[in-house]
Amino acid sequence: MTGSETHGTARLRVRGIKKHFPGVRAVDGVDLTLMPGEIHALIGENGAGKSTLMKIIYGLLQADDGSIWWEGAAVAFTDPAAARAAGIGMVFQHFALFETLTVTENIALALPEGRATAALAADILDLSKRYGLALDPHRAIHALSSGERQRVEIIRCLLQDPRLLILDEPTSVLTPQEAETLFVTLRRLAAEGRTILYISHKLPEIQALCDRATILRAGKVVDSCDPRVTSPALMAEKMVGKVDRPSRRATSLKAEAPLRFSVQNLSRKAGDPLGIDLRDISFSLRAGEILGIAGLAGSGQSELLAALGGEVAVAANTIRLDDQPIGALPVAARRAAGLSYVPEERLGRSAVPDLDLTANALLSGWQRPALVSGGWLKRGAMQAFAEKIIADYRVMPPKTGSLARRLSGGNLQKFIMGREILANPKVLIVAAPTWGVDAGAAAAIHRALLGLAEAGTALLVISQDLDELFILCDRMAALFHGGLSLASPTAELSRERVGLMMGGVADAA
Amino acid sequence: MDIAASILVAVMMAATPLLLAALGELITEKAGVLNLGIEGMMLVGAVCAFAVAYKTGNAYFGVVAGALAGVTLAAFFALLVLVLLTNQVATGLALTLFGIGLSALIGKGLVGQPIPRLPLLSIPGISDLPVVGPLLFGHDLLVYLSLALTFLAHRIITRTRLGLTLRAVGESPHVAHGLGLSVRRVQLSAILIGGALSGLGGAYLSLAYTPMWAENMTSGRGWIALALVVFGTWRPLRMLAGAYLFGAMTLAQLHLQGLGVPIPSQFLSMLPYLATILVLVLMSRDAVRIKLNAPAALGKSFHPDR
Repeated sequence: MTGSETHGTARLRVRGIKKHFPGVRAVDGVDLTLMPGEIHALIGENGAGKSTLMKIIYGLLQADDGSIWWEGAAVAFTDPAAARAAGIGMVFQHFALFETLTVTENIALALPEGRATAALAADILDLSKRYGLALDPHRAIHALSSGERQRVEIIRCLLQDPRLLILDEPTSVLTPQEAETLFVTLRRLAAEGRTILYISHKLPEIQALCDRATILRAGKVVDSCDPRVTSPALMAEKMVGKVDRPSRRATSLKAEAPLRFSVQNLSRKAGDPLGIDLRDISFSLRAGEILGIAGLAGSGQSELLAALGGEVAVAANTIRLDDQPIGALPVAARRAAGLSYVPEERLGRSAVPDLDLTANALLSGWQRPALVSGGWLKRGAMQAFAEKIIADYRVMPPKTGSLARRLSGGNLQKFIMGREILANPKVLIVAAPTWGVDAGAAAAIHRALLGLAEAGTALLVISQDLDELFILCDRMAALFHGGLSLASPTAELSRERVGLMMGGVADAA
Repeated sequence: MDIAASILVAVMMAATPLLLAALGELITEKAGVLNLGIEGMMLVGAVCAFAVAYKTGNAYFGVVAGALAGVTLAAFFALLVLVLLTNQVATGLALTLFGIGLSALIGKGLVGQPIPRLPLLSIPGISDLPVVGPLLFGHDLLVYLSLALTFLAHRIITRTRLGLTLRAVGESPHVAHGLGLSVRRVQLSAILIGGALSGLGGAYLSLAYTPMWAENMTSGRGWIALALVVFGTWRPLRMLAGAYLFGAMTLAQLHLQGLGVPIPSQFLSMLPYLATILVLVLMSRDAVRIKLNAPAALGKSFHPDR
């Protein structure tokens, strides 16, 4: 089980790796050296090239230029099978699991053939005990929480006895407590001589866990440091450059602000058999207030969004806007009543990938007489509207004719947020407003949301990013298995407390 | 009793071509590939099987020719959708149209010609037993083969590593590729097996069900096979039930026509199609089961870099 004693020889050496996609230099001449027994952090913003680099190492993508040495020998992994045969394991950010298969079946698929299922299940139990990764081998993946799914991936890697384990943003789906457990496992693995390449942009956990850190920015290595002695502020600056972040929201809510939006005892059985049932959800929003809803992925966010946004109808009285029942209304009628809604999936839900920005601007604005009259599109007005969004929110490239799918995630999100904000809604519901968005754009989006609240709109922000919620929200609650905890003022909450709420021990205080 | 037995035998015969074609499509779809060319592959299988049996005088050569014809057409489909990444729906529809035309062309001089029927594998003594004899021991090769393959497919898909790989590829080719499984190879094999089985289904029609060649003689069975797969929720044993139900209804409507029931024959001819779809719709109302058995990546082209 131990890595071969090859101190002095690097486990993995990467020199001058380059990869470009149409229009982007994703990785631009990166050098990286990983030693046995080391936990090495690869940090950088979304789009810095971390994922591309690691896909090249794992054989999922081919580099345009550069070379890789594995334990002293030059290699070129043409596919993941070759990388795994050499001793590289990878835990993906978006889990590479088959939803309808069981834990054992998922793991069996990654192993050479000819292993009896019963024996494999026993091995899985054995490993899960040894590394403290509790898991039932016979359950189907779709019934597991994201933390459990991650354990499946880790165990799947460990069964192949890898000498290099790559983890891509492993804590993005974990509660703070689950993350601590993961760190204990990772330290134990490193102590056995394995190398861990840990990809993240969360600096505190890198300080707590890693021996070395390589910082990537725009496809280049900008620095390499010891995270235990380097200040997070310095690392952050190297990672993103100078960003003027909005500071934490000072609670400026006036007590007499009118009630805008309320949800009373919302329950709904999931239409999708793999979905989550909503259980008795209640909350209310006053004008100018921002309520945050935390929760791990798959806790009922998409189901709640569908019910609030109007994609599915519920009993009329469970959702009220300005005291009018709107629960039974479809999306368009709710929009007309002043409820705007930004779903999580940008491409395909908030925007049509193959339409240009002018047409996409119209998607949620077609009821407004300014843009459409008597069924005829007003091309000029649409164009002007799209141009206004682009100018106000600094969308790049600033062309109304570019297709939505050509925009980066951050720019498309700015465009969508702009579209909804300019509609001047009474209530705005946003999911994952800055997911996959670089720090500069995230700051712009946060400022726009805060500005909207200032102007009297009630906002509901559903996000898995706790930092974001702490910056934006007046009050916070958490979803767990389709139920919502009581909302508490952000000033009275700690990260640990929210972590407990996300794990379903909401009202334990 | 003899009448009941002969009715049951006729039901099995009507069901066999559907079962073969549907089984082929099920395997193809389990790998995430939607091949709408079943009808075309069945027709070309039928005409090639007939032509070879007619020229050689041996129906078994015809069976082989039918399967090979199906594989050839399926290989063409595989080239288009796996290598050139064409749209699977459009390509499958084109394959059906191509098959209709090609089979008519090949079969031009064969209409109305007689051939030897695919022999019944009777065991002297046992096959002559009343009821049980004809029912269990009096069929031809393809009837037994279709049943054996259905149970085999069920075992393989649910119980073996091979089946697990097939299901995994159909569920998420990208994940399967990430795990080092060869998505292309699995999909190619599934398409070719699907082609062979569709070809056999066609061969059964022209060699045994009605030993003759007529243009467009499948009369929509390829589409019913497709429906069987979907409504059978991608499970071979349910599909078997559906195919036999269709066989029974086909026979029932023939007898009703023969008895002179005062319903226009056109309506009676619709009966098997309507009844099969109705029953299968009722059987497949369980959304959970569909979600868990349907290949999630069905009909989506896979390319490792995208």
